[in-house]
Amino acid sequence: MFDFLEGYDLLGAFWTTVQLTLLSAVGSLIWGTLLAAMRVGPVPLMRGFATAYVNIVRNIPLTVIILFSSLGLYSTLNITMGSEVVKTSNFRLAVLGLMLYTAAFVCEALRSGINTVPVGQAEAARALGLNFTQVLGLVVLPQAFRAAVGPLTNVLIALTKNTTVAAAIGVAEAAYLMKEMVENEAQLVLISAIIAVGFCCLTLPTGLFLGWVAKKVAVKR
Amino acid sequence: MTEVSVAKEDVAATGDLVVLKSVNKHFGALHVLQDIDLTIARGEVVVVIGPSGSGKSTLCRTINRLESIDSGAITIDGKPLPDEGRELARLRADVGMVFQSFNLFAHKTVLENVMLGQVKVRKADKKQAEEKARALLDRVGVGTQADKYPAQLSGGQQQRVAIARALAMDPKVMLFDEPTSALDPEMINEVLEVMQQLARDGMTMIVVTHEMGFARSAANRVVFMADGRIVEQSAPDQFFSNPRSDRAKDFLSKILHH
Ligand SMILES: Nc1ncnc2c1ncn2[C@@H]1O[C@H](COP(=O)(O)OP(=O)(O)O)[C@@H](O)[C@H]1O
Ligand SMILES: [Mg+2]
Repeated sequence: MFDFLEGYDLLGAFWTTVQLTLLSAVGSLIWGTLLAAMRVGPVPLMRGFATAYVNIVRNIPLTVIILFSSLGLYSTLNITMGSEVVKTSNFRLAVLGLMLYTAAFVCEALRSGINTVPVGQAEAARALGLNFTQVLGLVVLPQAFRAAVGPLTNVLIALTKNTTVAAAIGVAEAAYLMKEMVENEAQLVLISAIIAVGFCCLTLPTGLFLGWVAKKVAVKR
Repeated sequence: MTEVSVAKEDVAATGDLVVLKSVNKHFGALHVLQDIDLTIARGEVVVVIGPSGSGKSTLCRTINRLESIDSGAITIDGKPLPDEGRELARLRADVGMVFQSFNLFAHKTVLENVMLGQVKVRKADKKQAEEKARALLDRVGVGTQADKYPAQLSGGQQQRVAIARALAMDPKVMLFDEPTSALDPEMINEVLEVMQQLARDGMTMIVVTHEMGFARSAANRVVFMADGRIVEQSAPDQFFSNPRSDRAKDFLSKILHH
């Protein structure tokens, strides 16, 4: 029944999916945190920039962003992300696109976390003589992250599934392989089922684990 | 150690520590602080009293510039309050603040709460900061709770930790904004006792409170505020037994007879 799988690198394709997910996750966590810091910061210009960024980026379809990375950055501006090999270059452009897109959602998840931190916490920190960066980094964000584990888990699961959009620029991840198999084989339902199960194997444990983490790190007030 | 404290006492003999000169502050159309003139001498304990909404909290918060002022001047130990930035952070470290709602850092242990400012603001060595933190926690009677999180402590214990956290910065002056108002009655005294001891040790204190027992026993002066103004100020005994203004008489009759 599974004979047709021979000749396809199913594990390799899912490994690419995992790599896309992890690299974009780390990137978007960093960039999203910076955006959130700008949004709550005292500098109007940065606040305006971060607000505009989030509102614009999360309203553009991901496919458009990924295609822009490939067509706009690579084909037109010839930005290759440091690799002349097309395959590598496309992979990196996909990570860049996913990262820029997901950061907007990370920013919003974190902001919801920041909103759970009572203002008194920041006031007490300021009253001790901590500066803005210290108040944010030592008092507000650590509590915000703990409160945001739930929303951030949703962002991560959405990101895992969103990596399939990278197929549009030829990154050989799971959905790309699926398209290839569908074109050449007859077992359409089975192929879809295999890919679906594969994604569940990635997302379900992630959700369970992070759900446990969320409970464990929750701040008691 | 002795040299330091002797030096401190020498300075203590002279001068005004906190000076407010015609301070005005608005919240939109609301004129919360109206031409406030107030001078607090080194080592003095001043109790601020007055009806809810009269501007007592705002007054406290302008002194370490958690609220900015519209006009007037505030100086602490001769230095005017700087604008937001590094200078201000340094000055705030010299002004301890204790809030009604404690505001202990919820994600840090009691010990870490008392160490944070020492390490990050005063750049103290971790080991020394911990020693000092433990000594201060012992002093306010919560030494055995050092490794717990704030939520595991009673309100009275949390407020005493908050006092220790402020003291860890060696502040020149301590501000208390209704430190016992959020506490169950049986916990009020344990906090007041710590504050009384602090007053006896010579700390300069500005205390917003309606605890008359504390005012009578620890305060050098009572400042009565109403509608954003200082209406009268006098020695505690005189204020409570013989208030001059009608506003104060009216207010005292309300808090005395509930
Ligand atoms: N951040 C704020 N924004 C607008 N109005 C405020 C703010 N803080 C306090 N007020 C108002 O200022 C007045 C004085 O408040 P406050 O200083 O807290 O009084 P008190 O501590 O004496 O009860 C009140 O009418 C209050 O509603
Ligand atoms: Mg108040």
